[in-house]
Amino acid sequence: MNAAEGSQVAGEFIRLVWLVPAFPLAAFLINGLFGKRWLGHATGWIASAAIGASALLSIGIFFDVLRSDGHGTTVTLYRWIGVGDFHVDIAALVDPLSSVMLLVVTIVSFLVHVYSIGYMSHDHGFYRFFAWLPLFVFAMLILVLADNYLLMFVGWEGVGLCSYLLIGFWFERPEPAYAAKKAFVMNRIGDWGFTIGMIVTFLVFGSLSFTEVFEHVDIAEQGVLSLICIAFFLGATGKSAQLPLYSWLPDAMEGPTPVSALIHAATMVTAGVYLVARSTPLFEAAGSVLQIVAVVGALTAIFAATIALVQTDIKRVMAYSTVSQLGYMFLALGVGAPIAAIFHLATHAFFKALLFLGSGSVIHAMGGEQDMRKMGGLRAKLPITYWTMLIAGAALAALPPLAGFWSKDEIVGAAFLNGYPLLWGVGVFTGGLTAFYVTRALWLTFHGEPRDHHLYDHAHESPRVMTVPLLVLAVGSVLAGFIGFPPEDGFIHRFLPPAIYVHGHEAHHPELAVIAGLAAASVFAGLVGIAIGLSMYARRRPDPNAVRRAAGPVHRILANKYYVDELLDRRFVDLSRAFAGAAWAFDAHIIDGIVNRIGWAFGLTGAGLRRLQTGIVGNYALSIMAGVLAILALYGGYAIGIIRR
Amino acid sequence: MEGGVPLGAYIAVSAALFFIGCAGVLMRRNAVVILMCVELMLNAANLALVAFSRRYGSVDERGSVFVTFVFVVAAAEVAVGLAIVLSAYRTRPVVDVDEARAMRG
Repeated sequence: MNAAEGSQVAGEFIRLVWLVPAFPLAAFLINGLFGKRWLGHATGWIASAAIGASALLSIGIFFDVLRSDGHGTTVTLYRWIGVGDFHVDIAALVDPLSSVMLLVVTIVSFLVHVYSIGYMSHDHGFYRFFAWLPLFVFAMLILVLADNYLLMFVGWEGVGLCSYLLIGFWFERPEPAYAAKKAFVMNRIGDWGFTIGMIVTFLVFGSLSFTEVFEHVDIAEQGVLSLICIAFFLGATGKSAQLPLYSWLPDAMEGPTPVSALIHAATMVTAGVYLVARSTPLFEAAGSVLQIVAVVGALTAIFAATIALVQTDIKRVMAYSTVSQLGYMFLALGVGAPIAAIFHLATHAFFKALLFLGSGSVIHAMGGEQDMRKMGGLRAKLPITYWTMLIAGAALAALPPLAGFWSKDEIVGAAFLNGYPLLWGVGVFTGGLTAFYVTRALWLTFHGEPRDHHLYDHAHESPRVMTVPLLVLAVGSVLAGFIGFPPEDGFIHRFLPPAIYVHGHEAHHPELAVIAGLAAASVFAGLVGIAIGLSMYARRRPDPNAVRRAAGPVHRILANKYYVDELLDRRFVDLSRAFAGAAWAFDAHIIDGIVNRIGWAFGLTGAGLRRLQTGIVGNYALSIMAGVLAILALYGGYAIGIIRR
Repeated sequence: MEGGVPLGAYIAVSAALFFIGCAGVLMRRNAVVILMCVELMLNAANLALVAFSRRYGSVDERGSVFVTFVFVVAAAEVAVGLAIVLSAYRTRPVVDVDEARAMRG
């Protein structure tokens, strides 16, 4: 059964939408089953070809959706659960939102796969890597395509599993194994929220399908809706590394760099943003929950950006930057600009994946060294990496006309225009911090004198299989912003609305002067950040070491990431350990105790009863006789009438 | 059965035989004697069956048929019982059942 139903006749490519996740799944099965013995390094090309096919199909689907009226087409594969009126289908909802996500996921995945062929070429787990990476893409596509919360949850858990597997890819070392465990556990806390949200949604609406739930939003009470939305948002904070569940993402950098680029920057961590954007009708109706989303997003943005200021590991700078940028996306969702959130999601996927892949290229060149203090002066040795990362860094710092400028500026502007001047201030200030830390990271890596000559002498530009994806992503980082041009009225603003419910906010078309003023403010903040960064690291005015000494306690707090991990350890991990210990004691003493006592009682009874087995045949005969007499007496009693029934 | 030995006499003899056998089973220690006493009890039952069969023969003759079955069972029981006694005697030369207490719990 492959029925397509919708508001219009589905396009040719939309009918084939199930092939998009099928290709990665096939690649996973082929590489996973035959990779180790027969395929070897061919696995990389098999996986890349499969994802490439998905990407081409996604482009086709995108143009189909572009031609449609934008109200979405449901392509049902089969009925998964059907109980009375309630049913859950394996069905894909193809609408502007999911088609944009499809494009971003498949294109970035394809580039990362190709890049990984070079990056992982010396790794003995090559085939394993190229089995799990397509599996991740498969799960992510299920998440994006699902037309109901339950199927989305399947993808949601699938990407969590793949994230765990790939963070712990080098499980021989203890740190990746620990980081993988941490990511999994923290994600489980978020998943618990998702589950609660789903259960309450089912209880209230009797359905889990997006379209059915959103049609009947008004039957639910405000309080119940708020509960659903807070539960879903908890799920989103876990997956998208927001406060308070963010600390797994920086640790996830223990995984291979392409994994960090794909899963922990471009795709999986945006699943939370996608969930909230998808559920916009619920959040809009739930009222004040959106303010919580906005505040959490803004706080996460500035919180992570301050930590990124002092990190010395190049990947950790990027990781905190990712947390910070995800905070921007939630800020956008919270202030009623979900389109800006998805816009930033798309542009961020390009320039942040590029920054990670560029970092990977540097790490590859430096023989695995990730500490920026040992780099420096690599500009001459890694020209392609340098220039592409410079573009991505400028996009991250939101310099016009690069991609990050259009999307981030729109978020910050929306915060101001929709009546959150304080959050606007936070956003602009964080923009300055962002510009500073990206300047610092790029300068420490590529400029100045080489600080470790041994590593420097061995550095070399990466092979073409790695640099070509960098160049493609650089083009994306420059051009992706123009899908949102001109501001508030670009392509994406006309394309997405049928899929995303925007409550009246988009109605205002502010004066050009206001837009220009807001943009100027954020660009100014960015330029100030860059200027301070250059002044500190290029001219040593003020000298970074002097600044660090002067701001001793502040630096210590930032370098230790606000002691959040320690706090969590002390407050929650120890507490849950104590609880687990108590539960274990209960199990060992009470549960096992009851069972053991029962067994002991039977043993005691048996010990008493075994005395009856004397071994003397006469005794047995006597008891038989006594029994017969007793039965006879009873029978006789009935017969005579002494005993009545 | 007019004028013959009354039914009550047969039953009395049968009961006497049964309880003699029963007492023998319970009190004697020689395994062979116990088996003989069991035979006594079986035959007491047979006597009762035959007597009732004769008394109510006009209605039902099946009591005598039943007796033949009891004979067969008794013969089998003696065969098995003696075999057990014999093989027990081979391993431990006692026929006193009170001495055979290996099965004591």
